[in-house]
Amino acid sequence: MDLILEGIKKAFWLLVTFDPEVMGITWLSLKVSGSATLISLLIGISVGIAVALSRFPGKRIVVSLINTGMGLPPVVVGLFVSISLWRNGPLGFLGLLFTPSAMILAQAVIATPIVMGITLAAIQQLPPKLRLQILALGATRYQMVWILIREAKLPLLAAVMAGFGGVISEVGASIMVGGNIRGYSRVLTTATVMETSRGNFDVAIALGIILLLLAYFINLILTHIQQRERPR
Amino acid sequence: MNREQNIMRSFPILEARDLQVKRGGVPFLDVPSFQIGSGEILSLIGPNGAGKTTLLLTLSHLTKRVSGEILFHGKKVGSDFSIFEYRRHLAMVFQEPLLFDTTVFNNVASGLKIRNMEKGEIRRTVLDHLDRFGITQLIDRSARTLSGGEAQRTSLARAFAIKPEILLLDEPFAALDPPTRESLVEDLDRALRESGTTALFATHDRMEALRLSDHIAVMNQGRIIQIGPPEEVMNRPVDEFVAGFVGVETILSGKVIRKEEGGFIVSVSGKEIETVGEVPTGETVALCIRPENVTLSASSSKETTSARNVFQGRIAKILFLEFYGKVYLDCGFPLVAYITRHSLENLGLEEGKEVKASFKATAIHVVRRKAK
Repeated sequence: MDLILEGIKKAFWLLVTFDPEVMGITWLSLKVSGSATLISLLIGISVGIAVALSRFPGKRIVVSLINTGMGLPPVVVGLFVSISLWRNGPLGFLGLLFTPSAMILAQAVIATPIVMGITLAAIQQLPPKLRLQILALGATRYQMVWILIREAKLPLLAAVMAGFGGVISEVGASIMVGGNIRGYSRVLTTATVMETSRGNFDVAIALGIILLLLAYFINLILTHIQQRERPR
Repeated sequence: MNREQNIMRSFPILEARDLQVKRGGVPFLDVPSFQIGSGEILSLIGPNGAGKTTLLLTLSHLTKRVSGEILFHGKKVGSDFSIFEYRRHLAMVFQEPLLFDTTVFNNVASGLKIRNMEKGEIRRTVLDHLDRFGITQLIDRSARTLSGGEAQRTSLARAFAIKPEILLLDEPFAALDPPTRESLVEDLDRALRESGTTALFATHDRMEALRLSDHIAVMNQGRIIQIGPPEEVMNRPVDEFVAGFVGVETILSGKVIRKEEGGFIVSVSGKEIETVGEVPTGETVALCIRPENVTLSASSSKETTSARNVFQGRIAKILFLEFYGKVYLDCGFPLVAYITRHSLENLGLEEGKEVKASFKATAIHVVRRKAK
């Protein structure tokens, strides 16, 4: 019990004093996971919509692959991104291993199928004739896609939350491709793992609480946007 | 042929040739030629799966077809001008309202926003059309909270707001309850006549079709079987399928046995029925008799009637409908008659009783069986 109380006290202290190291770690977490989520939105939403709207042989297989991807184990992603970025690996020449960019890449790989899968489901749950109705109203293809996105905005915001939530709390891939280098590639999750293994439970709890608060506030904002749009 | 004359009366706004749609190799739609005149209201009637929806979607370039071409104002769609441009002259209303998840105002405005219309003009147009369909009070309501009738009014207002040259309606009232449907049909009728919009209206309700249309096309199995003015389709169906679909209750098969003055006699199950026209003796024909053209009187009645065909029959069954009774007779051949509830009581008709049925020779529509 003391441990937890101490941890909360320490966390409070670290927060109100804007401890530079903790702030740096938090800021990097936000930057890495935010960028990864943005990339996953760009790819996930566009590919998700394209797959949802097109008909091609083998679509079922593609959809089931995307759905499987929604549950990609971060450690496996970390492994393959590490291999790819390894000095002798196919992308080794980029020299990205153990950099925040590598973490963004790995997290984007984790978040993209999540966003894609939810987008796919969101577009497919719209009435099939809605597309015809939009085209019959004189819309261009581009306008039709835009209207469909607006119609599916509630589940799409859920996709944003799920994608971001998936990567901000992810640790395996980040530690493997980022290396948890102090002041450079250390994020909230990797720092928590390290502090816990060192027995610094107070710091670990502090970081954990920050992580929770962060996830909570981001989702609070998105939920607010999601619910605001609902007319009477 | 009548069909050509009727449709050629007005300038065809839309023409189609050799339309064919296949799904999985199976022909779904086969319409060698089709036209609709400017300002005309044409109903497509037929059972489910007859190809009504497919025809509408094909004509609006919303579904893939195997062959054929579509001409709008005489210009070929897809080459003389683009499919997209063509669609901007159309509007479509489906059975489901398919409203967007926003307010009624924004829904009605959606087609105009797509066209980048100026804001003030959008507002004016939307208000006009909300008023036209009696939904001004719903302006700020979320489309999710509307009743079926309100939603379909919004959908109609959205379609009319873009001032389409051709409006395609795919069973827009099929999911509504009768009173709502009644008032919507009335509003649609008025809106179409006021705006002079050409309309293609798919329905499986022949009363709706009769009410709205200048012409009716009967479809079955992907083909247009008959097309013509309502009274022609109702009273002179080209075959037994159309006859059955337009409400001819009695279709009798018989053989022409001899000529009469101005007509001929057909033998049906040993009874002789007199009809007008000219069909060679020996040919097999189908006689179509609409139930409203059959008169019933008490079997003892000595009243003389001008009707040439009078038969004694036994009542096999009486169906009580809203305003009238439907009487199934056995006169040696089956015959169906409508009778008002009042007369039903006056004549004391009930199942098993004998009754006299009469119908005029001119009330019979003869379909000649095609030689096989």
